[in-house]
Amino acid sequence: MGNITVSNLGKAYKRYPSRVSRVLEWIMPFSHKRHTDNWVLKDINFSIPAGEAVGIIGTNGAGKSTLLKMISGTTKPTLGSVEILGRIAALLELGMGFHPDFTGRQNAFMAGQLLGYTTEDITRLMPAIEEFAEIGEYMDQPTRFYSSGMQMRLAFSIATAERPDILIVDEALSVGDAYFQHKCFDRIRAFRELGTTLLIVSHDKIAIQSICDRAILLNEGSLALEGKPEVVMDYYNALIADHENQTVRQETLQSGQVRTISGSGECQVASISLNVEDKSTDVIQVGQAACLKVKIHCYQDVDSLVFGYLFKDRVGQSVFGTNTHHLEQPLINIKSGEEIEISLHFTVNMGPGTYSVAVALHADASHIGQNYEWRDHALVFSVINNSHQYFLGVNWLPPHIEIDR
Amino acid sequence: MPLIINKKISPLWKFRSFIFGSIKREFQTKYRNSILGIAWPILNPLVMILIYTLVFSQVMKARLPGVDSMFAYSIYLCIGIITWNLFTEITLRGQTVFLDNANLIKKLNFPKLCLPLIVIGSALLNFAIIFLIFTLFLVFTNQFPGWVYFAVIPLLLLQIAFAICLGISLGVLNVFFRDVGQFYSVFLQFWFWLTPIVYAGDILPLSIQPYLALNPMSGLVDAYHSIFVNQQWPNWYRLIYVLVLTLILSFLGYRLFQKHGGEMVDEL
Repeated sequence: MGNITVSNLGKAYKRYPSRVSRVLEWIMPFSHKRHTDNWVLKDINFSIPAGEAVGIIGTNGAGKSTLLKMISGTTKPTLGSVEILGRIAALLELGMGFHPDFTGRQNAFMAGQLLGYTTEDITRLMPAIEEFAEIGEYMDQPTRFYSSGMQMRLAFSIATAERPDILIVDEALSVGDAYFQHKCFDRIRAFRELGTTLLIVSHDKIAIQSICDRAILLNEGSLALEGKPEVVMDYYNALIADHENQTVRQETLQSGQVRTISGSGECQVASISLNVEDKSTDVIQVGQAACLKVKIHCYQDVDSLVFGYLFKDRVGQSVFGTNTHHLEQPLINIKSGEEIEISLHFTVNMGPGTYSVAVALHADASHIGQNYEWRDHALVFSVINNSHQYFLGVNWLPPHIEIDR
Repeated sequence: MPLIINKKISPLWKFRSFIFGSIKREFQTKYRNSILGIAWPILNPLVMILIYTLVFSQVMKARLPGVDSMFAYSIYLCIGIITWNLFTEITLRGQTVFLDNANLIKKLNFPKLCLPLIVIGSALLNFAIIFLIFTLFLVFTNQFPGWVYFAVIPLLLLQIAFAICLGISLGVLNVFFRDVGQFYSVFLQFWFWLTPIVYAGDILPLSIQPYLALNPMSGLVDAYHSIFVNQQWPNWYRLIYVLVLTLILSFLGYRLFQKHGGEMVDEL
């Protein structure tokens, strides 16, 4: 239970040049095709074993929602097939078709009945739904008085009142407040441990990376990349800055990690090293002073250059990052052939663990504009704690504790 | 064939709570914000019956040709109108049922055939109330037709089947071509006057009468009249035509729904 197999899936919307042409196509028995197909998804193949959590990412219009609609069965595929084992609960877009004039409770009954529950089932589940949604007396108010967050709370509570074999969530969680999002993710995690397959669309990188085993990147209606969430996210990041004459490439490092390099290439990182007391190293003590040395080679004249860097922890979460634009140390009027060396002094106030450094060379405040080079996993180093008392986390915030008793 | 039916019916059975729940909700919302509440659906038909009786049998002294009862014309009019209303309610709501529920169809995966069933259910509920009052009126005025009364059951079944098959066909077409809905509303006005509800069929010129038989509703309404006005069993053979038409429509509706039901979601 809980398997999803998608094979050669494609969806096209029919476009008719005029209303009359549709009538003609329907009525004339052997008439030629009068519509053009507008393909929003093509040749999608993947399978998800039971219990896996998969994130689907992609820009707006990449076909994510259409894909989820076909998997949940609301829309029929034009080509290919979706095979599902088990009961699906789907939260597509906002709400679940709530009727604005009915109260939350009536809508809960209706939505539950639409999921195939009997009235007795819902009566039994209602206290739990109410308790989870935490919308208080709004439960007996018409849903037109609800905020979108409250609608989502109720919808999520109904859809997950019983553990489904497959749970599909389409960006719905993003309208919930932080408290409720946490609650949702806790419930999703608990379901996963019991074997629920999860399919989630989100623009929230942290959500995808912390919950998903795998990510699927859709780009312009086709499956662009499938793999570890972190790798796919890095690629996606590079892709959203995609312009002409820009390349995105990924290479697998000896450690097994995948490095994503993208950019138009006017300026490139020639070398990068981490130094402690002028000696290159990849192991640093908590609290030590370190220097990140980056050599940049410029192949063309550029008006402005911003150097940015980002430390990421083992699972790819951002730890710290900034750039020379924000630090108000701009580099301007750089000539072709120029070599620039940047020495970045900092104190390693980081917790023990491994970290990677991503570096970026771009023209403006962020890499979304003109991106010369973006390099993930440019360098990996470990932080160890030999000299301080034991602590947890990615930050070193040494406390001074006073105890009165 | 039984397999196909089973495949279509069993998901509907699973969603029975939704169907019954929706009928109940619809009924409740209609009268929820009124003070008299449940009294309205009773008052409405009661007033209709009383007015027709008062105006036509007392004030205007209207008599049906060949029937010598002061209530005859009032009964003739009432049974014609309430069954016609059942027919128009099912077809008019069937015609917009997919458009009205676009919000649900787009967001949730459930058998879409639940929706026409809800239309039938709530139309039948409204009809049941009116029909009950009409029956009580017959009993009080000593016009109850006796055993013939139960001939209403097969008639109603046939009428509902005809109405919903027409309704679903119109409903699917209306999603793609909105003109269908507009056209049908206009057409219904003609249809009402082409059916012997207000007038008796035999007052028409003899040259026109055969054409009246082409109208399936005239066969049905005539059958009701023969039960309640003449207190006789209806002429079943005249209804074979309606049955055949219903079968053709059901085939057509099924084909339309099969072929374009999926595309409907994209169009809504």
